[in-house]
Amino acid sequence: MGIKEIEEEIISEFEIFGEDWEGKYEHLIDLGKSLPKIDEKNKTEENIIKGCQSRVWLNTEIKDGKLFFTADSDAIITKGMVALMIRVFNGQSAKDIVESKLEFIDKVGLKEHLSPSRANGLVSMINRMKLDAIRLSQ
Amino acid sequence: MIDSKHIREQFPILKKWVNNKPLVYFDNGATSQKPLSVIDSIVKYYSEQNANIHRGVHTLSREATDLFESSRATVADFINAKQGEIIFTAGTTDSINLVSNGSNFAKGSEVIVSQLEHHSNILPWQLWCERNEGKLKVLPINNDGTLQIDKLKELITDKTALIALTHVSNTLGVINPIKDIIKKVRSINSNTLVLIDGAQSVPHMKVDVKDLDCDYFVFSGHKMYAPTGTGVLFVKESLINKLNISRTGGGTIKTVSFEKTEYVDGPLRFEAGTPNIEAVVGLAKACEFMNSIGLSNISEHEHSLLEYAQKQLNEMEEVVIYANHLDKAAVISFNVKGQHPFDVGTLLDKYGVAVRTGHHCTQPLMSYYGIQGTIRATFAIYNTKEEVDVFVEALKKAIKLLN
Repeated sequence: MGIKEIEEEIISEFEIFGEDWEGKYEHLIDLGKSLPKIDEKNKTEENIIKGCQSRVWLNTEIKDGKLFFTADSDAIITKGMVALMIRVFNGQSAKDIVESKLEFIDKVGLKEHLSPSRANGLVSMINRMKLDAIRLSQ
Repeated sequence: MIDSKHIREQFPILKKWVNNKPLVYFDNGATSQKPLSVIDSIVKYYSEQNANIHRGVHTLSREATDLFESSRATVADFINAKQGEIIFTAGTTDSINLVSNGSNFAKGSEVIVSQLEHHSNILPWQLWCERNEGKLKVLPINNDGTLQIDKLKELITDKTALIALTHVSNTLGVINPIKDIIKKVRSINSNTLVLIDGAQSVPHMKVDVKDLDCDYFVFSGHKMYAPTGTGVLFVKESLINKLNISRTGGGTIKTVSFEKTEYVDGPLRFEAGTPNIEAVVGLAKACEFMNSIGLSNISEHEHSLLEYAQKQLNEMEEVVIYANHLDKAAVISFNVKGQHPFDVGTLLDKYGVAVRTGHHCTQPLMSYYGIQGTIRATFAIYNTKEEVDVFVEALKKAIKLLN
C-alpha cells in the first residue's frame, strides 16, 4: 500500500470516534502501547530526536530501497503518534516519504500536535524521518 | 473573603472555552491573565496619551512622560523602594542580564546560585564566570525543596562577589527565608552583593525590598497581571551609579561628543531607547489592581486553593507531589506514577485545564529529583475551588485514560 492509501485507512479508522476525543486518544494510547519494541541497542544518544518534551528514539534502516523505522518514547501519547507515522512510512521509498503531505494528521483531528507550541515535537519527528530517508537513500 | 465573582468579571479571557470546555487556567506561574483595568489602560494610552517620553517639549510628550514616571512611583511604592531605584526592563531575565553584564567584579570572583534557580538566574552568572575566570558555586537544597542555609558558611569566601537566589521557587513554590539569608550573607562577607529573583513572589505576596535589605531585586510584569515585555530591576540607591552600563543609546545621556559621553545618574542611564511605555503604564495599573484587592488577601486566597487542591491530590495514590507541604506559595508540582507529565498535561488540556508540564526551566532541580519533568498547577487571585474540583476530576479521568 502507498502512503496515501494508508493515510485513508487511518482516517476511516478514526472516523468512528466522531467528536469523541476521549475515544480518539484512547485509540492513540493503544497504538502507542502496541508499538513494536525498538532494539535496546538502537536507543542511542544520536537516535534521540531533539526538541521533544518527551524523549523519542528513532532508528531508521533501508532495505532494497525501502525505509524501515523502529522507535520508542517515554510518553505514551507521543508513542501513539510515532506509531501512526511508522505505519504510514514503513516500507516506503525515500522519494514518497519526502514528498508526502501527511494530510491525515489534520483529518483525524490531531493537528494541534503540529503546532510549534507543542513540545512533543511531532514536527521534529516527521523532519527526522524525512531526513533519515534522504540520508540513507543516497 | 474575596468576591471571586466580581474578580473574575474583570478578566475577560476567563469566559473563554477551550476544547469545548470552560477554560480552567492554572498556568499562572508562566504568565497571569490581565484585568480590564490593565487592558483598558493600553487602549487609553494609544487612544489619548501616546507620545515619546523624556524628550518632547510639547504637551502630549510631557503628559506621557508624567504618566511613565508616575508609573515608576507606583511600582516603587509597591515594593517599598524609591523611585530612583526602579529601572524598567523587558522582564526578569532582562533584569538579571543587565546586572550580570554590568557587574565589574574582579577576575576570578565567585558567584553563588542555588539548586532551585530558574535557568534565567543561572545562565547569566555562568556566562559571567566563563568570561571572567570566575567560579559558579551552588547552594544545595533539602529533599523538601528548602535551601541548606547552613552551607552558606562554607560556600561564601572573600572572593564571593554575589549570591543570586530566588525568592519563591517557580517549580516548587518553596518560599526562601530571604531576609534571614541576607543577614547571614552579610555577616559572613559584607562585600557580597545579593540579587533576589522575585518573579514568583511579587505576584503573590507583599514584598518590601527595604526590609529584605537586598542589593538587587528583579521581577516581571506579566506574571503579576501586567502586560508582557515589562520587568523591574530594583537597585539599591547606593549601588545604582556603580553598576556598569551594558546597553546604551538614546535617553541615557547628559552630553555626547565623539570624544566623551556623560551619562545621567539613576535609572534612566539603563533605559536606552524608547521604552515599552504603554506596558509600563499597564504595570502600574496591575499594581493598583493588586493593591485594591490587598496583598494579604491575595496570598490568603491562593493559599486556601493550594490547601484545597493539595489535600485532594494527596488522596490519590498515584500522585507524587514535590515539596509536599503547605509552607509555600500556591504552586503544586507533581507527577503521576508511571506516566509522563507530557501525557497528563495533554489530556488535562483536552478537559479544558491549562497546566504546565516539563522541566520549568529548572533542569538542575529536575536532576536533583532524578526526573524529566513535572506537571505544575499554579493559582492566581481569580481561581476558585470549583476550578480545583474540575482539575481534580479531569486528572482522575486522564489517569484512567492512560491506564
